[in-house]
Amino acid sequence: MSQERLLRLGLAISAPLLALVAAFAITSLVLIAAGDPVGEVWSTILSVPASRNFANIVNNATVLYLSGIAVAVGFRMNLFNIGVDGQYRVAAFIAAVVAGEAWLPGHLNTVLAIAAAMLAGAMWAGIAGLLRATRGVSEVISTIMLNFIATGLVAYFLRKAAVRTPGSNTLATKEIPEGSRIPNISIGDGPGQDLYGFLVIAAVVGFAYWFLLNRTRFGFDLRATGQSGTAAVASGINVRRMTIAAMLISGAVAGLVGMPILFGSAYSYGSTFQSGLGFAGIAIALLGRNNPIGIAVGALLFAYLNEQSNPLQILVGVSPDIVAITQGTIVLTVVISYEVVRRFGIRLEQQAVARALTEPPPARPSSPNEEVSA
Amino acid sequence: MSTSAPVAETATPGDLAVRLRGIGKRFPGVIANDNVNIDVRRGTIHAIVGENGAGKSTLMKILYGVQAPDSGTIEIGGRSVSLGSPADAIRAGVGMVFQHFMLADNLTVLENVVLGAEKLHGIGAAARTEILRISDAYGLDVDPDKLVEELGVGARQRIEILKVLYRGARVIILDEPTAVLVPQEVDELFGNLRELKSEGLSVIFISHKLDEVLSVADEITVIRRGTTVTTVEDPSGVTARELAELMVGSELPSPSTDASTVTDEVLLHVENLCLPSKEGRPLLDAISFDIHRGEVLGIAGVEGNGQAELVEAIMGMREHATGVVRLADLDLSTLSTRERRESGVGYIPEDRHRHGLLLDSPLWENRVLGHQGRPPSARHGLIDKGGARRDTERIIEEYDVRTPGPDVLARALSGGNQQKLIVGREMSGDPVLLIAAHPTRGVDVGAQAAIWTHIKEARKKGLAVLLISADLDELIGLSDRIEVILRGSLVGEFDPSEVTPQQLGSAMTGAGENA
Repeated sequence: MSQERLLRLGLAISAPLLALVAAFAITSLVLIAAGDPVGEVWSTILSVPASRNFANIVNNATVLYLSGIAVAVGFRMNLFNIGVDGQYRVAAFIAAVVAGEAWLPGHLNTVLAIAAAMLAGAMWAGIAGLLRATRGVSEVISTIMLNFIATGLVAYFLRKAAVRTPGSNTLATKEIPEGSRIPNISIGDGPGQDLYGFLVIAAVVGFAYWFLLNRTRFGFDLRATGQSGTAAVASGINVRRMTIAAMLISGAVAGLVGMPILFGSAYSYGSTFQSGLGFAGIAIALLGRNNPIGIAVGALLFAYLNEQSNPLQILVGVSPDIVAITQGTIVLTVVISYEVVRRFGIRLEQQAVARALTEPPPARPSSPNEEVSA
Repeated sequence: MSTSAPVAETATPGDLAVRLRGIGKRFPGVIANDNVNIDVRRGTIHAIVGENGAGKSTLMKILYGVQAPDSGTIEIGGRSVSLGSPADAIRAGVGMVFQHFMLADNLTVLENVVLGAEKLHGIGAAARTEILRISDAYGLDVDPDKLVEELGVGARQRIEILKVLYRGARVIILDEPTAVLVPQEVDELFGNLRELKSEGLSVIFISHKLDEVLSVADEITVIRRGTTVTTVEDPSGVTARELAELMVGSELPSPSTDASTVTDEVLLHVENLCLPSKEGRPLLDAISFDIHRGEVLGIAGVEGNGQAELVEAIMGMREHATGVVRLADLDLSTLSTRERRESGVGYIPEDRHRHGLLLDSPLWENRVLGHQGRPPSARHGLIDKGGARRDTERIIEEYDVRTPGPDVLARALSGGNQQKLIVGREMSGDPVLLIAAHPTRGVDVGAQAAIWTHIKEARKKGLAVLLISADLDELIGLSDRIEVILRGSLVGEFDPSEVTPQQLGSAMTGAGENA
């Protein structure tokens, strides 16, 4: 039993490791082909981060983690929510406006703004869910479209809602009053030593995701639908309702993606607000195999690569974009290696079952061939 | 007659087109073939019969080089061969016509035939001449310039046969060739097969339709549980019933052994159940019937006449179904599938992989499936893993599911054990109605007997059972009453203690007096 668990754990870990090794190898090939110093690039990237960089890594990972969880909710139901990117931007904008207006005092304002963000994200994703459930429109297509619409919509309304700070070209919403910000957790003295307070909320979201998916009936329905829509229908699951519910939850979590930045460092939504977080979430959810711990590891890895690649240009004269190649390759290799490991695991299991069954079976209460006695 | 008998060694090796000795093939968890011995003589039609899951298709895949046997020898035309791929088999003179045709609709007959065999006679006039020569020689009546999409099923099958002949096959394997044909086409096919054998070719004919086998085959080999049981050298000396008994090993359930438990209390009342289709003719047309406590109602019919739709309409899986479905005093008509299940309906779906299981989930999660809302699987909206696991262990024990434990993935089990798990699950939670759609399809004979026993037990416990099956012996053996479904309507009611499979068969095709 414990040996079996060990084997499963080993298989679960070997897949992402295999993928990472392959991705690093491919990146090295690119470096070699371009004539860049392979050794120096890796020694820069794989060095131990300074504590200032450490805070950056954790903060960036917090944001990516939420994005990964949002995507993973969809994945567990076989829904490909590519629209996390649009969802978090719409949500962050609305939250910034709500928080900036400060209709409620102090942290009540924070709670209201976060709730507004989740609602906005859920609604934006819900459009795709509704289209899928009622008209069979592929959520891949509709969420991609909605990303473009989100970009335009937010840019348009930002111009209306923005306040112009004198002497600056950037457009941004009203700044969040100090009493409504989320305090940072300091891990050292000096600047750049602060972790987002939202880290705690992200951890809670991770736990809630795990609990909802693995412990509740709703989560079971969601996973069952993801594995086999036909079996789900036969078991009495309303697949349409589950499709909409899964998209709403995925969108609500996506709504949280921009919150650490909004309440922890930016304090307003502007044209420079970090973008592309939703796409990274897809890669991270794949890498973390939709597992809350795995996604955390994936988020940390991506944040680490991002942070460590920054000095590449200065130190070894290589563009930090090389890391984007690594990250992109990881997504490909991860998909392949999971499939390889999955097949291998199934074969192992079938063999184990066959072995267990060729041993003389234990005495059974009744023989299957016996007729029913009257 | 039901015990294993060695194949009679009467034929001299020179007569033999195919000689299989001691063929064995194991898959994880299941022995597909074990010590299979078959002699196919030149110029004969040799039928191989056996139930679903008996190992026929594995054996044919071995003979066609798709799978390599673990043990045993294959001789073709007196020479020992080792077949590593279908290309090897074709070179050795073995061709196969699959149940599902492999033709490109948008190409002509000629193009389809030469596709992949361009080296033989080119793709032009020589190929056309050869096709016409084969077509004439065996009476296949093939026009090489027709587009395949313009042809009917029977003609397509003849092209498949022609393709095999074109590649020089002397032994032709036909896998369930009549499954897709209407009766007239079956007669034409049999005519073609007789032409083939008169030209000295050998045909291996796989089927479980015993009447057809008896009418066309020169020799019949029966396969049961992966091994050859016997070879019948004179088909005129056996009946379909005797063959069926050989196939299942004298385990045909006999209704006379069980006293009737039918009561007059109606448990399932179906009235005027209709299901429209987009094409016009309704899928279900005003179906009404009652099932009483302790009664098994069997539904007989040629596949595709509305059986699947009937089951799904009763389960609430068909949105547009109209009519009344009442379980005891409860009107199910407007309830969801889950509410119907929870009000006491157990459902063994027709396709266990698509509808019955989560293949990549452990057994205990499969125990939860369909029972998400009730103990022991769930409590207060939460999944009760401990309770579900314990109850899975109970099912494994009581229903003899051969597995190391409840944490194994469903995919790792053999079909029979998967099905026993489903039966055990659906009998949990005290159902009052059991809907069993093809409950023993594709399971080994041991599991089949066990499932029959469980259905009888359910009936004895006072459940109403709706049994859908393509296996007429199963229907006759288990049912208290049989209704025949044809084109979405119930067209006749039979008493299983009096009806013969032949009478049922003609009612099912609409040829009987009850049609």
